[in-house]
Amino acid sequence: MLLEVKNLTKIFTVGLFKRREIVAVDDVSFDVEPAKFISLVGESGSGKTTTARLILNLLAPTSGEVICEGRDVFGLKGIDELRSYYRSVHGIFQDPYAAYNPLHKIDRVLNQVFNLTGHSEAERDGVVKEALKEVGLRHEDVLGKYPHELSGGQRQRIMVARCYMLRPKLIMADEPISMIDASTKASILRLFSKLRDEYETSVIFITHDLGLAYYVSDEVLIMSKGSIVEKGSPDDIMNRPQHAYTRKLREDIPLFYRKWPGF
Amino acid sequence: MALLEAQALKAYYSVRQGYIQAVDNIDLTLDRDVTLGLAGESGCGKSTLMNALMMNVKPPLHLMGGTIVLDGMVISKMDRTELKKDVWGVLVSLVPQSSLNALMPTMRIIDFIKDVIHHHTAASDSEIVSMARKRFEELNLPVDSLSLYPHELSGGMKQRAVIAVSTLLNPKLLIVDEPTSALDVSTQKQVLRMLVDLRKTGIIESMIFVTHDIAILRQIADRITIMYAGKIAESGPTEDVLFDPKHPYTVSLTSAVVTPEPEVRERGLASIPGEPPDLLDPPEGCRFYPRCTKSMSICRSVEPPLVKSEGTQLVACHIVSGDG
Repeated sequence: MLLEVKNLTKIFTVGLFKRREIVAVDDVSFDVEPAKFISLVGESGSGKTTTARLILNLLAPTSGEVICEGRDVFGLKGIDELRSYYRSVHGIFQDPYAAYNPLHKIDRVLNQVFNLTGHSEAERDGVVKEALKEVGLRHEDVLGKYPHELSGGQRQRIMVARCYMLRPKLIMADEPISMIDASTKASILRLFSKLRDEYETSVIFITHDLGLAYYVSDEVLIMSKGSIVEKGSPDDIMNRPQHAYTRKLREDIPLFYRKWPGF
Repeated sequence: MALLEAQALKAYYSVRQGYIQAVDNIDLTLDRDVTLGLAGESGCGKSTLMNALMMNVKPPLHLMGGTIVLDGMVISKMDRTELKKDVWGVLVSLVPQSSLNALMPTMRIIDFIKDVIHHHTAASDSEIVSMARKRFEELNLPVDSLSLYPHELSGGMKQRAVIAVSTLLNPKLLIVDEPTSALDVSTQKQVLRMLVDLRKTGIIESMIFVTHDIAILRQIADRITIMYAGKIAESGPTEDVLFDPKHPYTVSLTSAVVTPEPEVRERGLASIPGEPPDLLDPPEGCRFYPRCTKSMSICRSVEPPLVKSEGTQLVACHIVSGDG
């Protein structure tokens, strides 16, 4: 097993005087095998992003465990253990602007990858260009530019390109392509699938778009109010949804070949 | 008479390096009692076209030419004072992108409504309150929410409140720009339902809905106009444009639609290679030719005119017009 999430719970306490508890993630458990594409689907506020941050050890849980290749993630000590964890598990976030240093050119964020990989000096240029091509960017359009000179979609693509160069064991991607145009989303997702098929990379894809999840996933987890309410194959989720929430979600997706009654 | 008629419309942004040709020589006619969907990739000039159509042009955006006739009035000849008095909010309302944040955070919804409506009419406070209550009831919005502050409303409720305020004076045309892109699918459906109701109840006559989500347009649009790089590529009745597309760009766009349906699964996922051109220096001839799989030599030098195809659509493509 690559990653095991066991009874993960996160409770936030808010308010200075009237203290209130918000259960953001409520007893969430699931497993990730190697070479599996798993989608975590839910509305905003369902606890998807908190789950992602817990898995990446960016937040401490209230209770529960995350085990990666037999090691307890929350028990990792020191920079070396953490660094080795992040070499296996790579996070991509919705707004990648924060991942860039605004004073440095885009090239730097790509070249940093070589601190973790074994590419020789001579290979590097080719590796960067190939990765950019894979995400549909022309290197002459982005290299040498600063983060603010690129669009949100371009910045998201560069994070995916970086991931492609790094070839981690698990990609934890939180709405990684939300700013990319509908017309090119499919090709970026295909890149994740390619990594899965060629390098046994696993993906946890967090999205509110059940339609996208349907195409690319091996397994779909439906999250609502902090809990996973249903999990299954994409076909089961779409064609035989069991939970009322899943059924509602499916009915509310605008379709192309079918018109909503009453519209 | 059409509700809106724009001819040879040009709206450019002036920047240090020159002009960004965001809306370049566009003709557009909108009939009464129609929902028009405007689709295209980001950066194709959709939002600029909407602002230009209602004469909401402020530097760096400039109207470089063209005429706009709205409900019989030549609004392209009017100045901002006249537009504010007789056109905006009264004849046409625009709900721009990110209008979720258009409400004043320090004002209750009803006070915000009073503030906005006072700019347009001489109605008293109590008249405005009863007008707003009646309208919220009509649109199945909770009347209690009028006395709340924006932060007390959910995203979907905020968006519906913004649309209700924008249409309080029954404008003939409502323009909504990506009104649901920040919302979950369930909330999105509520907003779309409300927009459909606005037309059914006759509060507005026609609507232009701007989005890059073709599946939404399939649900609510009677007609669709596809824009590419500042120009219209194709325009016609929804079913014809989506299921019998004539322009190669529309063909790519419709085959990139990702909806969870067996038909889509069968044809597989497609995407359009490359990126739209830089509108500071767009290609000569057809702006789509660098990405087009069917381009011919004429496409590199001659701009294709928007002409009637053998179907019901208007199409700007040399293949359709039979040149080359």
